[in-house]
Amino acid sequence: MELLRFATGGSVDDGKSTLIGRLLYDTKQIFEDQLEAVQRTSLSRGDEYVNLALLTDGLRAEREQGITIDVAYRYFSTPNRRFIIADTPGHTQHTRNMVTGCSTSDLVLLLIDARTGPTEQTRRHAMIASLLGIRHLVLCVNKMDLVGYSKARFEEIRDEFTGFSERLQVYDLTCIPISALTGDNVVDRSPEMPWYGGPALLDHLERVHIASDRNLIDLRFPIQLVIRPISSEHHDFRGYAGMVASGVLEVGDEVVALPSGFSTHVVSIDGPDGPLQEAFPPQSVVVRLADDIDISRGDMLCRPNNRPNLGQDVSAMVCWMAERPLRAGATFAIKHTTRWARALVRSLQYKLDVNALHHDSRASELELNDIGRIHLRTTAPLFYDEYRDNRETGSFVLVDEQTNATVAAGMLRHPVG
Amino acid sequence: MAHRLSHLDTLASEAIHIIREVVAEFERPALLFSGGKDSAVLLHLAAKACWPQRVPFPVVHVDTGHNFPEVLEYRDQQVAKLGVRLVVGSVQEDIDAGSIVEQPVPGATRNRLQTYTLLRVLEEGRYDAVFGGGRRDEEKARAKERVFSLRDEFGQWDPRAQRPELWNLYNTRRQPGEHFRVFPLSNWTELDIWQYVEEQDLELPQIYFAHRRTVFRRSGMLLAVGPWTKPRDGVASEHAFEATVRYRTVGDMTCTAAVESAAKTPAEIIVETSVTKVSERGATRADDRFSEAAMEDRKREGYF
Repeated sequence: MELLRFATGGSVDDGKSTLIGRLLYDTKQIFEDQLEAVQRTSLSRGDEYVNLALLTDGLRAEREQGITIDVAYRYFSTPNRRFIIADTPGHTQHTRNMVTGCSTSDLVLLLIDARTGPTEQTRRHAMIASLLGIRHLVLCVNKMDLVGYSKARFEEIRDEFTGFSERLQVYDLTCIPISALTGDNVVDRSPEMPWYGGPALLDHLERVHIASDRNLIDLRFPIQLVIRPISSEHHDFRGYAGMVASGVLEVGDEVVALPSGFSTHVVSIDGPDGPLQEAFPPQSVVVRLADDIDISRGDMLCRPNNRPNLGQDVSAMVCWMAERPLRAGATFAIKHTTRWARALVRSLQYKLDVNALHHDSRASELELNDIGRIHLRTTAPLFYDEYRDNRETGSFVLVDEQTNATVAAGMLRHPVG
Repeated sequence: MAHRLSHLDTLASEAIHIIREVVAEFERPALLFSGGKDSAVLLHLAAKACWPQRVPFPVVHVDTGHNFPEVLEYRDQQVAKLGVRLVVGSVQEDIDAGSIVEQPVPGATRNRLQTYTLLRVLEEGRYDAVFGGGRRDEEKARAKERVFSLRDEFGQWDPRAQRPELWNLYNTRRQPGEHFRVFPLSNWTELDIWQYVEEQDLELPQIYFAHRRTVFRRSGMLLAVGPWTKPRDGVASEHAFEATVRYRTVGDMTCTAAVESAAKTPAEIIVETSVTKVSERGATRADDRFSEAAMEDRKREGYF
């Protein structure tokens, strides 16, 4: 069974929590005691109907205020697929949560209220999904029951959003008219909308083709841990543990270790359940090499004729996640693959206007939830690819060295000339 | 050949990656082991992550003194088999020393008291990263917790000040006195655990499988008749009877309930779990029934 991870986006009140509650409920992932707890709470708050949104509001503060504070992860499965939902809040100030949710997702599900149509928040979330390299976007036009299941209204919203999304890197866009409250087109096709010929939401989620989203071409194996047992039984054992970031690694392959540049070949690959002939993402394996060359954590194996960029001067899009603004001249700790270094922000190239998709090159700082392009100089060279080609070797986080807070999510671009 | 991983292999690979990040970036890790199925899977994955080395960090067990004997036996067996070091924190010793006070009710649960013992053992061991078998599908507060969850010098969790966790780039930086709780099984569900137990042919304590036991009903839950729990005199609804039961979770005997079940193997449990109507914690943990925010409150105080 395959695993599909998706994030949800949209404005407050677009019905995200209700939709997730509906998916969990209709796929029978909700247990009776959980439903009873929600019924009790609903009743005590005087809600007119059982509020499925309460199934996903986790913390007391959220229930009291009727909002969602943080990314919550939900799980459900059908006989065909296992799903992980990153349920992200819709408030503008929590854009960083959308970035967080997208960073591990294959697909993004955006909700739009059929009465209001796309909002600034919808566009912002679509843009973030595109920036984070999400290949599959599903636009759910929700609350169709409140617009009389109108085909014209659905098409109007679909066309408006499609026009906007043409300027983004969206490879696969599916628009579905639904009602999360009544369940129309969520799990089963709705009898209320015979004019809609596409799949119900769950049907689409079960079928969307994600196997090609991984990069199986460019071998990148960041070394996570050198395993050298101190025991007589494994006296000469020297293994390099890590998760294959991209590409396929085979026993016998010639590989180059970076940064040393020494080449050798693969003697064996061991997976969690024993020896393997080959390894591919996201497998965690231990690799043994023919020659005893100096390799440590943070180094990388690749093929001799297919190497990543190597450099200390890099350019990246960042989403800024701290209260204190980002300005040129600041230094941070940077984590990229399995390597920590320090990074100096040499310049802020521009701030992205998320609504108009314009570049504001006069901006002198990035505030919380801003997205912009920066140049960094790192204390150690990074072995990296462009994020759009390789999520694993193209991503990094910046960490404030005083507070240790994670302050930025970064996506690397072409090398600085 | 298709380069696809099953969902179980994907989850196992992710967990091993997380365990190796801890081994690489922390000085004094430890693994919290209750003898329950989640910690059994976790220890099994830790052994795989460190292979062919032995697990280089200790296993910590907080002993409430109200254990199922089968679980203690299982714990000792596993520790011996893998050659790992066992550190036991005894709630009874902390009660005897006067550090914590037990509620003066016969059979009172020690679930909340164990937070003190846990934090004491973690401090004494100066552990900087502590693995736990927590899963996000268990409970609503857990659903919002990070894989690498920072605790302040009092061991407390602040759900509103969590660091964003992006890709698989875990921020492991900490101030002196702070530590991390690390949850490699965050994305597993109860069903995944059972499927993995079956696939890997993992040993578990016998109480997970159907057996005959003398039990009684309290607040709709089946509790074992034992040294700390028995039907209360004069409460008509509480009377002992024998039933075929199994446990879905393993905890303090005073607050862990059994479910009626004839499932004797992981495969039979998988079938049962697929159609069950009550959540794992709802069915079997009296400690989570006090309020909707019970887990959130205990986690804030330093509980797992």
